[in-house]
Amino acid sequence: MDGHYARRRRMERIMFAATVAATASALGVLLFLLAYLVWQGAGALSLDFFTHLPTPVGEPGGGMANALVGSAKLLLVAAAVGIPVGFLGGIYLAEYDGGAIAFAVRYAADVLNGIPSIVIGITAYGLLVVPVGHFSTLAGGFALGLLMIPVALRTTEEFLRLVPDSLRDASLALGAPYWVTIVRVVIPAGMRGILTGLLLSLARVAGETAPLLFTALNNRFWSPGWGQPTASLPVMIFTYAIAPYEDWHRQAWAAALVLLVLVLGANVVARLTFGGRSAAQA
Amino acid sequence: MRGEPISSVADVRERPLILPRLPVVRPATRGAEPRTGVTPEAAVPRTPSRRPAARWRMADTAFRLTALAFALSVLAITGAIAIELFVRSAPARSAFGWSFLWTSVWDPVFSNFGALPFIYGTLATTAIALMIAVPVGLGSAICLAELLPRRVGDALTFLLELLVAVPSVVYGLVGVFVLVPLMRDVGTPIERLLGGIPLFAGPVYGVGLLTAGVLLAVMIVPFIIAIGREVLLAVPQAQRDGALALGATRWEMVRHVVLPYARSGIFGATFLALARALGETMAVTMVIGNRPDIATSLFAPAHTMAAVLANEFAEAVSDVHLAALVEIGLVLFGITLVVNAVARLLILGMQGQERARA
Repeated sequence: MDGHYARRRRMERIMFAATVAATASALGVLLFLLAYLVWQGAGALSLDFFTHLPTPVGEPGGGMANALVGSAKLLLVAAAVGIPVGFLGGIYLAEYDGGAIAFAVRYAADVLNGIPSIVIGITAYGLLVVPVGHFSTLAGGFALGLLMIPVALRTTEEFLRLVPDSLRDASLALGAPYWVTIVRVVIPAGMRGILTGLLLSLARVAGETAPLLFTALNNRFWSPGWGQPTASLPVMIFTYAIAPYEDWHRQAWAAALVLLVLVLGANVVARLTFGGRSAAQA
Repeated sequence: MRGEPISSVADVRERPLILPRLPVVRPATRGAEPRTGVTPEAAVPRTPSRRPAARWRMADTAFRLTALAFALSVLAITGAIAIELFVRSAPARSAFGWSFLWTSVWDPVFSNFGALPFIYGTLATTAIALMIAVPVGLGSAICLAELLPRRVGDALTFLLELLVAVPSVVYGLVGVFVLVPLMRDVGTPIERLLGGIPLFAGPVYGVGLLTAGVLLAVMIVPFIIAIGREVLLAVPQAQRDGALALGATRWEMVRHVVLPYARSGIFGATFLALARALGETMAVTMVIGNRPDIATSLFAPAHTMAAVLANEFAEAVSDVHLAALVEIGLVLFGITLVVNAVARLLILGMQGQERARA
């Protein structure tokens, strides 16, 4: 009897020790990864990185100023495509139809969310690169915008749903039309959460590389306007990492650190500032 | 899902609006009478427009239709992606038919294309990744949900959710400069010892199936942990209390009560991770070696569907080459569609189960 119980306790200890080991190894690997990246990146980072163009092969120094600007422009286009669709579509899902249309739209958003980003890139290539005949900032931004839509849509819907109906009833009872109610009462009440969602969706696409490979391509110089191929941080990291030049590897680490700080920074800000206090508690 | 209150909103919305515009009464500023002569009465528009109700209704309709248009554009976009893939892959589909899926020649020079090496590579790397990531992820989820105090678990989960956001190209970078040399060092003695077995046959380059699988595992583990923990926490406390009251140890409680209860949720999490791994491009491209061979060895360079798109799409040499690449995209699209649908069914099944138990 005692032996049996002791065996069960021993089993418990072994299995729980195994789960602790799993946690420790998962966290350990991931923390090592971050630490290594910071160590490598910080060593390679300099002011030139932010202010200079890439130098020709073999010439040390230079930076990725064009990639930083390129990424910003791509994100701007992405936001112009993704936010209106996600935001207004989310309003429709939360405030209007609950029927077949809403179901279909939600399903489509889920499908879109599951499509590998490189496949989205093919679509953007077909729609915006082939007709024009060359790669462009617009095509790359469009691809990123498509990737933003599902997250923007679902978070907008979710946070609008958290707004209590008593607010809507009160506004309507005061005689406000429904659309005024939505714009002046419901959206402001859910705004913090929605902003979180939009910020997170931007952060998600900021690091996307695959859809840019054959839409925005790359560029070793400034990309004027919106119709030229452009450099971007993620694509630069990829190109530099697989190139055989020592100096490029250092630049890739620096770029990765900058990208990581931007993406994780946006995530931390979004989660700490808005995430904890959602519309439900507002 | 939405109860009574919303139906009242709907009622109000449908009814014609015949209410007069109400005066806007602002509360007097702190402790002082309004200084100017603006009284509440003055705020009433002198000449209200003749048919405000009709105008409002029109504005309401316009707003709803705008929102509807944007919602429908999501449908249109998803449809456009499917159509685009289908139409642009037409030359390859007519040239190779179904045999595209099970022939393994990939020769851009002679325009002869078969997708099998890429399908094989995708499935093999994903399988390796899941074999590593699911036990580790599930174990960690158990630890975070059942063993650690809630706050510690919350903090670690916050950290892990941040790691989900790390861009895949960054994982790829670390893969190239840390994991590849590591695999070369670890793989070489293994190959020397077990090289007779096809699974471990050399030479060991460092890049290859196993490297890609391990890197994928690192990438999806945080994802599995985060969802797995959520699923485990959703198991009612009463279930746990019941098991403990019957004399189960805490492990037996986890093993025989918590895990079975959360089973379909865990499968759902696994399938979502699977979908991510299948479509993962950059990190895999950087460490898999990019050679379209069907090799049995874990150390052999290989290729995946997403990786070949990343490598060759911008430089496709002919129309058929491009169409073949698009068809690979179409296959990838189809696979992820099915996997996501299965994940969704599993999660729906769990919700139904809970409702039945409630």
